[in-house]
Amino acid sequence: MSVVFAGVCSHAPGITGRADRADPAVRDAFYAKLDEMRQRLEASRPDALIVVAAEHFANFFMNNMPAYCMGMAESYEGPIEDEKWLGIERTRVPGNAGLSRRIIEAMLHDIDLAYAEEWKFDHGIMVPLHFLTPRYDLPVIPVNINCQGPPLTPLARAYEFGRALRRACDAQPERIAIVGTGGISHWPATPNSGVINEEWDREFLRRFLANDREALISYTDAETFRDAGQGGFEIRTFIAIAGATEGKTGELLFYAPIPIFAVGCTVATMAV
Amino acid sequence: MRGNGEVVVSLYYVQKLLYQLNRDPAVRRRFQEDRDDLLSEYQLTDEERDAIVEGNIGLLYVMGVNGQILMHYSALLGQKWEEYLEAMREGVRKYGPVRAGLYTLLEDREQTWRPDLHGNR
Ligand SMILES: [Fe+2]
Repeated sequence: MSVVFAGVCSHAPGITGRADRADPAVRDAFYAKLDEMRQRLEASRPDALIVVAAEHFANFFMNNMPAYCMGMAESYEGPIEDEKWLGIERTRVPGNAGLSRRIIEAMLHDIDLAYAEEWKFDHGIMVPLHFLTPRYDLPVIPVNINCQGPPLTPLARAYEFGRALRRACDAQPERIAIVGTGGISHWPATPNSGVINEEWDREFLRRFLANDREALISYTDAETFRDAGQGGFEIRTFIAIAGATEGKTGELLFYAPIPIFAVGCTVATMAV
Repeated sequence: MRGNGEVVVSLYYVQKLLYQLNRDPAVRRRFQEDRDDLLSEYQLTDEERDAIVEGNIGLLYVMGVNGQILMHYSALLGQKWEEYLEAMREGVRKYGPVRAGLYTLLEDREQTWRPDLHGNR
């Protein structure tokens, strides 16, 4: 079959962990749009969900840091964080090792992708799953793009990764959904936590929704760090989704800065 | 100043210990029961060792520990979110600017958000 759904959403741990401290009106509007994304995802009748995430030193560390890695396990466990801290109970999430393997084999023609047969999900994947597959009944295939420990993969390569992912998925018989999850501008877990550059976010989203490759890959990391914080490096996940939906445009379901969640909360879908 | 591009070996081991502490219950257990033995496996300066043992979040932040690692150590020590943010600010006041890693380039941003107006848990 091919890719039947594509979208992006935020994953900050505060979204679930500090839920009771946000303005209820904005929080509930955000949750409602995440639920709309869930409904659209379900309506696409996917056999598997690939989550292109930016993890935060849960499985990968500077002793052996892949630029790109895909999970290849029958199941995964998460969250790795304290359950109370994150507000999500620990659970086992089904995978699909065979499909992972076929996608990895196909992608290796284009991208030097690492794989992992063991992977514990952190908030970067668990927060999206909490809203998008709340019964944890859809097989998930995790992808990590290193957005934490520089040197980082260039943005043009992140777009290329998305293209390669699309080619690999289109060659499989399964119906596949792809969700990217990351920033946009934020300074998580630093004294600047809660600062959000809404203007920068809206311009980035404009480029993303238009799938304007040249504009998307034109940011330097120095500019991103200055204007969007180290959390802004996670735009790589969005750019990968743009690469996977090249030639198509997106629809913004929600954007609002929610400082106690430490990020401009975003929900968007891309045409496939 | 040790900036972003330079490899700082000692910071690497501080972060590695905290990373393993965050993700591995067995390492957490050794940290409680057999701390000296555990710490002997990491190349740490005395200052780093003390900061870890004392749970000095502010100093660890100034040493350059990534927040995605540090915030979980803070939670492990029982700090609340605002206490964690304040510990980092206090660290900078007490020990000076961040010495290594990504955050040496971090500029103070104007807080548009007032934690005190949003309750304090
Ligand atoms: Fe993140």
